[in-house]
Amino acid sequence: MSDPKDFVAGIDSDQRRSPTRVVFVTRRTSAQVKVTQEDQMQTFPEVLFRAALAIELLAIALVLFSLFFNAPLEGLADPTHTPNPAKAPWYFLGLQELLHYFPPVVAGVLVPTLLILSLVVIPYFNVNIEANGLFLKDRTKRLRLFYLTALGMLAFLLAFHVYVAAVPTVLIALAMIVAAHSSPDSPSRLRRYLALKPLAYWIMTWFLFELIVLTAVGTWFRGPGWSWVLPWRS
Amino acid sequence: MSMPTNTDDVVAKVRESRVWRSVFRSGTGSSTLHRALAIQQNIFLHLFAAKVRKRMVRFSATWYLGTLTFGTFLILVITGILLMLYYHPSVPQAYADMKDLQFVVSSGLFLRNLHRWSAQLMVFLVFAHMFKVFYRGAYRTPREFNWVIGVILLVVTLLLSYTGYLLPWDQLAFWAITVGSNLSSAVPLVGGKIHFLLLGGNEVNANALLRFYVLHCVVLPLSAILFIAIHFWRIRKDGGLYVQQSEPKTQAATDSALTAKEGQ
Repeated sequence: MSDPKDFVAGIDSDQRRSPTRVVFVTRRTSAQVKVTQEDQMQTFPEVLFRAALAIELLAIALVLFSLFFNAPLEGLADPTHTPNPAKAPWYFLGLQELLHYFPPVVAGVLVPTLLILSLVVIPYFNVNIEANGLFLKDRTKRLRLFYLTALGMLAFLLAFHVYVAAVPTVLIALAMIVAAHSSPDSPSRLRRYLALKPLAYWIMTWFLFELIVLTAVGTWFRGPGWSWVLPWRS
Repeated sequence: MSMPTNTDDVVAKVRESRVWRSVFRSGTGSSTLHRALAIQQNIFLHLFAAKVRKRMVRFSATWYLGTLTFGTFLILVITGILLMLYYHPSVPQAYADMKDLQFVVSSGLFLRNLHRWSAQLMVFLVFAHMFKVFYRGAYRTPREFNWVIGVILLVVTLLLSYTGYLLPWDQLAFWAITVGSNLSSAVPLVGGKIHFLLLGGNEVNANALLRFYVLHCVVLPLSAILFIAIHFWRIRKDGGLYVQQSEPKTQAATDSALTAKEGQ
């Protein structure tokens, strides 16, 4: 009985959840709980059943929709007769709207490339990992930087007459100003919510707004010669 | 707890037969072990984890957007294969085939409708899935790379939809692809070459139709399947669906009751 044990042993068994587990914790280390035990569900059959049910409901909805609404089909393709306006598929109409203001190399090449690149780097970019409210730290410095960026961007959009893209920019900027002047302990639920939002949230929400507004304008509000039309007045 | 009916007996017999056992390696039975094996021992299902946290299965956690996106993809594959039986990627036969689908083929119009609307919905769902994942913060470590796979799948989905857009060979298709493909000429230095490579010519013509057909029916679906498989598999490898700290756990009441009973 000379050398003392260099470890403590534990045993835990929960037959309904997992087979027997044995743990050895050596000296000078301590067991740290990273994952607490919580209720789980068997993938087979329970989760797979739910997935199948979701897909089944989706299929029913799509079948019903397809029974009542026909896919568009126009006349035979005619290279000598250009329709006015010639529109891309709806998910590219945001880009086509930008094409109206900027040269093709900007709207058709630079913007999509930058978009995809910035989507790819989101999880690797420190700004996006930080989950604290944007204006809770370094308030004065960040507020100054925010005003500079927002005004610069607005000036740029107005200089190129991109009023459509300026609307979401103004909306988000206003929300950010409210956030900057709200505290996480504010009695208003909305202001508490806004105050806690990190920079990544603001950028992504701005992108979402731009995406919706530009796509909607390109789809419904653009007529011959890419002029402004109202969809309810044909 | 119902009495085993005739059908149940037959099913049980089939599942215990030599042939069945040679196909499904996991064996039969309703124990936790057997259900785990049903996942682990199946080449397709082993992409998934054997168990999922209960709170992640609730609708509010994910809105099932990933599942539904995959659902639209399945519908598109099935309807797409059926549509291929009636379609020739040549000019002007392609358009005549659209008219045949409309007036000659039984349920042809319905088939095309279902394919078209599912495609539109898939693009929408991919975007919705992306934003939902972002706002939950589910892209964070260790799930960074699965987010990147997701962006690749977004691009593949857009390309699938875009290449499919040309195939009906109507005015809508022709000019949408003309507008879109003209953008590729704007790429500095190599723009013209890319444009030519994409269309097999200097303008949208029969060569472009054939190229888009091959991309739409072979190259892009195969890459989609490959990346979808990686996407699913990485969910398991990265520790299951992302759990937000703020999301309440569902420690079922029955569970603690059972534990208390066992402790007696």
